[in-house]
Amino acid sequence: MILETVLVSAPDWAVRHAAVLIVVVPMLLAPLLALSPSNRLAWVLTIAGTAAAFWFSLILLAIIQEVPGSAISYALGNWPPPIGIEFRIDALNAMILVLITGMGMLASIFAWPTLAAEFRGERLNLFLCAFLLCFAGLAGVAATGDAFNLFVFLEVSSLATYVLVAMGAGKDRRALPAAFDYLIMGTLGASFYVIGVGLIYAATGTLNMADIAAQLPALSGNRSVQAGLAFIIVGLGLKAAMWPLHQWLPNAYAFAPGFVAMFLSATATKVALYALIRWLFTIFQPELAFEAALLKWVLAPLAMAAMLICSVQAIFQSDVRRMLAYSSVAQVGYILLGISVGTAAGVSAGLLHLFNHSLMKGALFMAVAGICLAYQARTIRDFAGLGRSAPFTMAAFGIAGLSLIGVPLTAGFISKMQLGYALLDQGWWWAVAVLVFASFLAVFYIGRILQAVFFEPPLNPRKNNKEAPLLLLIPLWILALANIFYGIDASFPAGLAADGAAAALALGAPQ
Amino acid sequence: MKSDHHLILRVIAKCLLPLITIYAFYVQFHGEVSAGGAFQAGIVLAVTVILYALIFGLAEAMRAVPPWFARGLAALGVLVYGGVGVWAMVQGGQYLEYQALFNEPPGGHDGQHAGIILVELGVLFAVAGAMVSIFYALAGRVAEIRDEDW
Repeated sequence: MILETVLVSAPDWAVRHAAVLIVVVPMLLAPLLALSPSNRLAWVLTIAGTAAAFWFSLILLAIIQEVPGSAISYALGNWPPPIGIEFRIDALNAMILVLITGMGMLASIFAWPTLAAEFRGERLNLFLCAFLLCFAGLAGVAATGDAFNLFVFLEVSSLATYVLVAMGAGKDRRALPAAFDYLIMGTLGASFYVIGVGLIYAATGTLNMADIAAQLPALSGNRSVQAGLAFIIVGLGLKAAMWPLHQWLPNAYAFAPGFVAMFLSATATKVALYALIRWLFTIFQPELAFEAALLKWVLAPLAMAAMLICSVQAIFQSDVRRMLAYSSVAQVGYILLGISVGTAAGVSAGLLHLFNHSLMKGALFMAVAGICLAYQARTIRDFAGLGRSAPFTMAAFGIAGLSLIGVPLTAGFISKMQLGYALLDQGWWWAVAVLVFASFLAVFYIGRILQAVFFEPPLNPRKNNKEAPLLLLIPLWILALANIFYGIDASFPAGLAADGAAAALALGAPQ
Repeated sequence: MKSDHHLILRVIAKCLLPLITIYAFYVQFHGEVSAGGAFQAGIVLAVTVILYALIFGLAEAMRAVPPWFARGLAALGVLVYGGVGVWAMVQGGQYLEYQALFNEPPGGHDGQHAGIILVELGVLFAVAGAMVSIFYALAGRVAEIRDEDW
């Protein structure tokens, strides 16, 4: 409905070039921001850039949904695809693009109050420039149809991310080692990815994803191809914080500026997971014997280990943001578990949880950023009694927290149900048991903080009532209401996820 | 000139600087027909500033090529590169389709020439600006703890 209106009202040039403009607009705005004389102007341009990208993503989604199973191919420089670089949008990455650009837009709206307070107005334009580069890089990873081009965009976004994380050093010096860890681990991940692409290039002679996919069936026993996939999975696993490659994540999220933590938690690992799905299901086929073994004996155990171990670790954190970060690794486990089932239902459940997790973690980190801003609160003890002094902020936090646990009528419930059904279809009842137990652990870590917020007396009774700034409350409540809305009527995200899974597995898609 | 025991260094450097600059532009404009190209040219161009800073001091170099200029050059480079792509779009082609730049008939090659030269110019700006900015950031870094305080 809304999508059709967007498509009808869009001018011709936007419809024709949306696939590339979604990356080009933020990427060209970034240097303009670096030259911008005023911080406020830079902020307005950032919102304009992310909003434009969101608009392009809706146009792409509308075009894709017109013809089920279709794909948009955009040849850069008009070089035809296997030779030139291709941007290829199908239902899978259209969904991811809507998610990234939407979260990027909400993040950039609330950037101003947090950054203005955390940095006292110095060089905000350069900070926002790095943010837009990160944003453009993530959009590029999701949009491109070229395996090496994906690496380039992954590096564009990662390099900008290291800078963004290190900017937390103004408040807490521990941001610097956190950024350095992330730099080392992220660079290792990127190197593994590029080694894998190199091995596959050596065997197939092409970098275009669709072309690799077409050549692989003839090479199914090839050692070089198998080693290539192994390298790619480790590389992307590092970027996606797949357990046990997640060590960089808790500190990076805990010490980055609040706005960066929110944006990264909602998008960065999601894009790496998207790339993983793309490699596992579109380029390689789960029918290949070694990949079926990989899914069942490597990814599924790692996913369940993440769900259990990191949920337990989250229970014992005293810093709220570290707790949320460990919970993020556990949630990546849920998504990977869905992927490792290897069926359309499993991938669809994984994608739906990816979408919902983005909504809930975005809201949680945004609320925490607001509380950090208004009360300088970091630990769970600092959060005591905030339900009374900041009711609007904490109510949204509570909703997102319940969604994270998977309480009925929230988005988290729907995706966990779907995940459970997908697992039962395969007879993986033991995985369902792990799923339920991990959700039970989430009750503990979220319950701990909700109890402090709503049932404990304030630490300092004379603390006056103070909410997070309005510019933060608006995007925060958009996310919180989305958590409830998509918990009651999940047809939009569930439809996106089902289409995305179908496109990933190339069911009925013209190949 | 406070001391002149670096006199030879100064004189030699002064002779070398213009040569290095010319070599940078040689690599730049020869890039489309032989090995090398804008990336190397940008590094070589940045080397002139770095050499100048090493011989005449960071303050002098920052007076000749201010940090804001280096940063602006890097940003301008990205804009030039991306701008060529957008120009091709405005002319009705795909992003970065050089052939579309001047709306030529299929036989014409002016678009291809202009496109590659402009894009390489963008890379030159971006690389030179970024290299000089990185050098300034490293060289201009003030130790937060003085050596005696350890």
